[in-house]
Amino acid sequence: MEDIKKLQLKKTAIEVRKGIIEGTFNAKSGHPGGSLSIADIMTYLYFSEMNVDPNKPDCENRDRLVLSKGHTAPALYAALALKGFFPVELIKTLRKPDSILQGHPSMRYTPGVDMSTGSLGQGISAACGMALGAKLKGKDFRVYVPLGDGEIEEGQVWEAAMFAGNRKLDNLCAIVDYNNLQIDGSLEEVNSPYPIKEKFEAFGWNVVEICGHCFSQIEEAFEAAKACKGKPTCIVAKTVKGKGVSFMEDKCDWHGSAPNAEQYAQAMAELDEAMKSLEV
Amino acid sequence: MADVIKGATRDAYGAALKQLGTRDDILVLDADLAKATKTITFKKEFPEKFIDCGIAEGNMMGVAAGLATTGYTVFASSFAMFAAGRAFEQVRNSIAYPNLNVKIGATHAGISVGEDGASHQCCEDIALMRSIPNMVIINPADDVEAIAAVHAAVDHEGPVYMRFGRLAVPRVNCEDYKFELGKGVLLKDGKDVTIVATGLMVNEALIAAETLKAEGIDARVINIHTIKPIDKDILVTAAKETGAIVTAEEHSIIGGLGSAVSEALSEEYPVPVVKLGVNDTFGKSGPALELLKIFGLDAENIVAKAKKAIELKNKLA
Repeated sequence: MEDIKKLQLKKTAIEVRKGIIEGTFNAKSGHPGGSLSIADIMTYLYFSEMNVDPNKPDCENRDRLVLSKGHTAPALYAALALKGFFPVELIKTLRKPDSILQGHPSMRYTPGVDMSTGSLGQGISAACGMALGAKLKGKDFRVYVPLGDGEIEEGQVWEAAMFAGNRKLDNLCAIVDYNNLQIDGSLEEVNSPYPIKEKFEAFGWNVVEICGHCFSQIEEAFEAAKACKGKPTCIVAKTVKGKGVSFMEDKCDWHGSAPNAEQYAQAMAELDEAMKSLEV
Repeated sequence: MADVIKGATRDAYGAALKQLGTRDDILVLDADLAKATKTITFKKEFPEKFIDCGIAEGNMMGVAAGLATTGYTVFASSFAMFAAGRAFEQVRNSIAYPNLNVKIGATHAGISVGEDGASHQCCEDIALMRSIPNMVIINPADDVEAIAAVHAAVDHEGPVYMRFGRLAVPRVNCEDYKFELGKGVLLKDGKDVTIVATGLMVNEALIAAETLKAEGIDARVINIHTIKPIDKDILVTAAKETGAIVTAEEHSIIGGLGSAVSEALSEEYPVPVVKLGVNDTFGKSGPALELLKIFGLDAENIVAKAKKAIELKNKLA
């Protein structure tokens, strides 16, 4: 990856992270931890990978993203807003009664949201349907589906994985946000879904393991996914929950709680500092 | 009555799907039950438009939703127990909440599943589906109505739950029957009491009305094929003109037609509503027709309930 592209993606990812903090702070609720861990991947998807046009959010040939880990909507909304699907200012309305930004993604409220999600395990099935729809219609659009690592404890994920493998949906790409934390603790403490790679491989998937915060690895993984024919690809992305905000990093308490005013100020200061360090 | 034509509504479902198969936008999904749900009739003609999702109903509903977002009209088929029961939350969150164009073909509803027993005799599906916003529910009375219902479901934009039975039931509608979604059908006028029936109980209601007639009671008979949205007008008119209602359904008395009718009338024109249905109990194994008798789902019990409704009406007068 060219340095200039990487720098731009890093800057955009900081803007996405600021959007996550802005949204959850104003909402006084929401899920910053998993939003921050998937932020770099969401940035890459919307600013490098996906064929989407904010002026034509319903374009038939667009690539689709189904945020199966729907609670991390703040990351999706920040990426969509920065991409131009709706004004960035609206991020502050997250979770409020008249907002277009529901607590979990709704395709009927928000331009650019391709599927309503939030109940874990369901998004990947819809993504399978979209990918199959593309095949049946002879369209070449691709479908991306970020999953939580805790989310893959849901049985439906494996029903969908079996379906996608059996149907050879090579236009489908799942991304497991592997931060090893869920609400009640670490994945091993709660109900280990490990090993993730071998499980998806057993279901007929191509699996790529990467660092989910390294743009060159992210790029290589999505290129590998496109190059792989006859199998869906699962990118297992090792991430840090709360990534980019020091006091939120690797803490499961930040799964579903919003920063207070003081924490908001500190988080924004850290992100501004990170931006500044990229600009020198 | 030797020349009564009989048909199972699940067979009609398969036949209707086959009629629709020439349309480019139609897809049919099943969960390894094509031979039982009769989607096999479609599969044989249009194998490229048939997707077997295997024994994974939750995933099937999600796949149906995803396909619908790409412009398809998708039929998702399984037994009522699994379509409305197991996959309830997928139907709610992935189909109904985004208001996607998925038609759920739920066969083997009710006690008349027969020998398979309680685990497969879903008597709660109408209650479950009725509680979901955006959901339309159709419970046809016979094969003619079932075919018409499938076509009406396709013409309706949004999710529809269609309830079909395994058992061959007598045909009550004529071939040129015109089906109107959301409209009750007045099958017989009457002034003393109204029998509001759905599904296979419609035929029993007509038999009951004959019995009542012989006893000097003039019963009105209404077929409610669309349970949601329910035809309030035909119910309120019946309440005003007959003053007593009996509901009859092959479903739990909790949350089904009886509840829907009671809810509609209690707010608009309260009159006694006496419910006949599966009485908050599980089914059991046995031949379907015997089970319908055992669980009291027959004309004889409609007659008894009708008399009770009239008695209540007179008490209140």
